[in-house]
Amino acid sequence: MITLYLNGLEVSVEEGMTILEAARFMGFPIPTLCHQDGLSPYGACRLCVVEIGEEPKTKLVSSCTYPVEEGLHVRTASQRVMHARRMILELLLGSCPQSKTIQDLASMYNIRQQRFRQEYENCILCGLCVRMCEEQMMAKAIGFRSRGENRSIGTPFDIQSEDCRRCGACIYICPACQLRCTYTEPERAICGSCVNLSPPCLEKEEFKDMMCYMEPCVACEIKKG
Amino acid sequence: MNPEHIQKIIEDHHNGNQTGLISILEEIQTKYSYLPEEALKMVAQKLKCSLVDLYAVATFYKAFSLKPRGKHLISVCLGTACHVRGGERIASEFQRQLGIKPGETTSDNQITLEAVNCLGACAIGPIVVVDGHYFSNVTAQKVKEIIHKARTGLDRVDIRSDEKIFPVEVSCPRCNHSLMDKNKYIDGYPSIRVTVSFNLKHGWLRLSCLYGSFSVDHEYEVPVDEIVNFFCPHCHAELRSSSSCVECGAPMVPLLVRGGGGTVQICSRRGCKGHMLDLTGVNV
Repeated sequence: MITLYLNGLEVSVEEGMTILEAARFMGFPIPTLCHQDGLSPYGACRLCVVEIGEEPKTKLVSSCTYPVEEGLHVRTASQRVMHARRMILELLLGSCPQSKTIQDLASMYNIRQQRFRQEYENCILCGLCVRMCEEQMMAKAIGFRSRGENRSIGTPFDIQSEDCRRCGACIYICPACQLRCTYTEPERAICGSCVNLSPPCLEKEEFKDMMCYMEPCVACEIKKG
Repeated sequence: MNPEHIQKIIEDHHNGNQTGLISILEEIQTKYSYLPEEALKMVAQKLKCSLVDLYAVATFYKAFSLKPRGKHLISVCLGTACHVRGGERIASEFQRQLGIKPGETTSDNQITLEAVNCLGACAIGPIVVVDGHYFSNVTAQKVKEIIHKARTGLDRVDIRSDEKIFPVEVSCPRCNHSLMDKNKYIDGYPSIRVTVSFNLKHGWLRLSCLYGSFSVDHEYEVPVDEIVNFFCPHCHAELRSSSSCVECGAPMVPLLVRGGGGTVQICSRRGCKGHMLDLTGVNV
């Protein structure tokens, strides 16, 4: 057993656990996008950042990949963590503004305005689908391709892979959920969680980047005033 | 694409596990100037790794291309130093004259244009490299000439216009006897005469003494890619250095530079352009 301090509370957890597992076991919520029980930890979305160490030498690490250490001081919701997490969420929202999952997380973290240009990438490169395909479906049909800003996920040569059984697990697990949400017949979509997705409520050029997930809606506020 | 060639390349580098992937891909890229889809599938099958992983490696490295490349490669530097001296203008001039964007190949499959981020020669920028030949201080006016040179082939270089090309006088590293042959001129200079043997054939070979020129004259036609054994025609010692060519891995042939106190090394593989000049204590 390993003893560490979670938000000042002395706890004992099993050796080999990650900080994320320990914190969730003890009831401290940490948001994640790229983490899934049953799949190997990946540390791509960085949403699970926590602050470790003691003042003045603390640092931010991704809790889903950091194993617990004896006597480690962990803060899961310090000001620095919240600030970093909010920034990450804003950036994620910029790349995938239509994802219900990310929108919900953003509103949970009190993000009221989108400062970044919306890019509608529909993928946050979290690698969940790649790991799902490889580790649970044993198919290895999709993977990462290229690098840098051209990095993308897909099949080799962009053609139907011989290894793909069309099980749909990659679509099911995707947090950006574009394929499920933009399914042509929403009532037959796999999850249906996208039905409440609403377009910008103000049809004006200068407000086109504002979405109604913000509470209160910035565009509506401006329209009222 | 010939499946037997791919098979051979894989067998040369493969030793029963998943190592040697990069060298296999490099060799395929050198042979075909790109990585054909079938070749990647064969490699994946032979190395027992998934096509997804292989594709990730092939797309990660810029040295690999999945589209056929042209016969000649023009690399325009857009690094910081070249950029401030107008590298961007030169790149767009190349794009305009060739009618292609960086990364594309002309429709006649002759020229591939590429934008790179640094070629390590910032002091003489803007730099353009065509098939390994450097053009320094390039201006938009020079673009047309460079394209013309690329199309006609840069192996036949104009000696006066390129300062990198200069004659060297060499001698045997064993007996120090001069290897220069004034009876036979190549590129307008006395040639270097050595004895060569390959495939049970034994005869003379004359090389151009211009450093950077690859003109040769021979008694027997040497097949491309053949590794040739070089001998001194005077003391009959084999000319073979302990180092191997950085480009193809074949043994290098050392030749003493007269008057300079250094050596010039050339690659023993026919068609390989690996060579280096090592002049100790002399400013080149």
